[in-house]
Amino acid sequence: MITFDDVVKVYPGGSTAVDHLSLELPTGKTTVFVGPSGCGKTTSLRMINRMIQPTSGRILIDGKDVAGQDEAELRRGIGYVIQHAGLFPHRTVLDNVATVPMLLGKSRREARAVAAELLERVGLATEFASRYPAQLSGGQQQRVGVARALAADPPVMLMDEPFSAVDPVVREGLHREFLRLQKDLGKTIAMVTHDIDEAIKLGDVVVIFRQGGHLAQVGTPQELLEHPADEFVAEFVGRDRGVRSLSFDSAADLPVRPLPADLVLDDAGRPAGWSTGESTGGTFTVADSLRLVTDLAISSPVGIAVRVDDHGKADGVVPHHDLVDHLAARRGRK
Amino acid sequence: MSSYLSNNWDTILTALRQHIWLALVPVVLGFVIALPIGYLGVRFPRLYHPLVNVCGVLYSIPSLALFVFLPVLLGTKILSPLNIVVALTIYTVALLSRTVADGLRSVDPLVVESATAMGYRRLRRLVDVQLPVALPVILAGLRVATVANISLVSVGALIGVGGLGQLFTRGFQLFYLEPIIVGIVLSVALAGIADLTIVLIQRWITPWTRFQGRTA
Repeated sequence: MITFDDVVKVYPGGSTAVDHLSLELPTGKTTVFVGPSGCGKTTSLRMINRMIQPTSGRILIDGKDVAGQDEAELRRGIGYVIQHAGLFPHRTVLDNVATVPMLLGKSRREARAVAAELLERVGLATEFASRYPAQLSGGQQQRVGVARALAADPPVMLMDEPFSAVDPVVREGLHREFLRLQKDLGKTIAMVTHDIDEAIKLGDVVVIFRQGGHLAQVGTPQELLEHPADEFVAEFVGRDRGVRSLSFDSAADLPVRPLPADLVLDDAGRPAGWSTGESTGGTFTVADSLRLVTDLAISSPVGIAVRVDDHGKADGVVPHHDLVDHLAARRGRK
Repeated sequence: MSSYLSNNWDTILTALRQHIWLALVPVVLGFVIALPIGYLGVRFPRLYHPLVNVCGVLYSIPSLALFVFLPVLLGTKILSPLNIVVALTIYTVALLSRTVADGLRSVDPLVVESATAMGYRRLRRLVDVQLPVALPVILAGLRVATVANISLVSVGALIGVGGLGQLFTRGFQLFYLEPIIVGIVLSVALAGIADLTIVLIQRWITPWTRFQGRTA
């Protein structure tokens, strides 16, 4: 657990970046700091590994005050990923990843063995190991940056806008990769982003900052979308927060109707389209979210979303109006 | 020409050896002295501009004046090779201090930041990360300093110590062309070989620069 205990940061010149911040980042979870520029989110992140010293207050990792620890040793135990990755241009990908293990006193051979394993883990083929960073695309560099931060298996990771320098398609892939890795590794992660959608997608806990280093709201993504604390948060999470909050509700308890006669099935029982010749436009399973079902029902030419089982066989449909009733009932429950 | 060469072979070789020694010792000394000075100009940004100015002034002192003035300052004999070594070391320091500072400033701040955040201490970060990444700029300066030194040594001949430059003065005194031609050919060849050597070393120790500036 990372604890901010009444932390203040005033920069020389008098501007207050962080104003009496008290906050707990749960162990094994991803906590995302988000807010407009100048809200103190990056300053807060960088105080955790003492890249910035707080003016007053304490920051503790698992109860230990970071201020009492040797800077370099503290940082070797905290993974760090930044925008553009910040890779060392003069070292190969493998040696970049081997950096922290080497700093911790491992032999070059041991460190490289660890590094090779991690490259594989972040989805980079062995052929990349001997390349230099300038030979990689932005997305590949960012993967190397993540592998490098993970190399010494630190319990805590800091990520400062790690995915904002790559194009949307690549970012999407990196997000998926991140969620998969974090599910396996369960690191305690503090991440900074200016992108509320990214925060909602990746965060277990989202911390919204407002100008002047104040907390606006702390909560799970669903809490923020459904119960924004004030106008500022509501504005910040966006106008379509209602639709987006559907991402967090399961489609499992959505009532389905039997398959209608005009749904065409193939030999294996999979939906092949409507008898009018039009496509179903996609299907959902019980593991999907209400948001997907809503999207399917809206974009379907006949206003019906088709559900399939684990083998892809159609097992029910949800017409438009059933969905509306369900959403109305859901609002009653909230 | 061939009779000049065969009769004066020993003189020429001695002059060449002296020339190499007088040119390269200051490069090595100057580089060693310039490293910490250039580093200070980056570590304390306020020092950078004064450093650049002082280096500029030092480098603009005419070499002959320095050769003549140094014995007075150092108490050395006017004919001591030490005067040349000290003078050229001053020029090298003036040139390379700025080069080292510019090289270190050319390193992407994000690279330095990520090194710090990974737990590098200051000295190891300098040696392991900043200097290697600054090498292309530093080595470019080293090439200039080396070639400049090789040509400046000849000026020393005017005060009696000057490697291949002595072939020029002798040729002029005797109205004799051969030593002048040999002197010119050898100094140009020496400068070319020294320059090429540094280029080859650079290629060998900075293989990563070949991929800079293009993306995969």
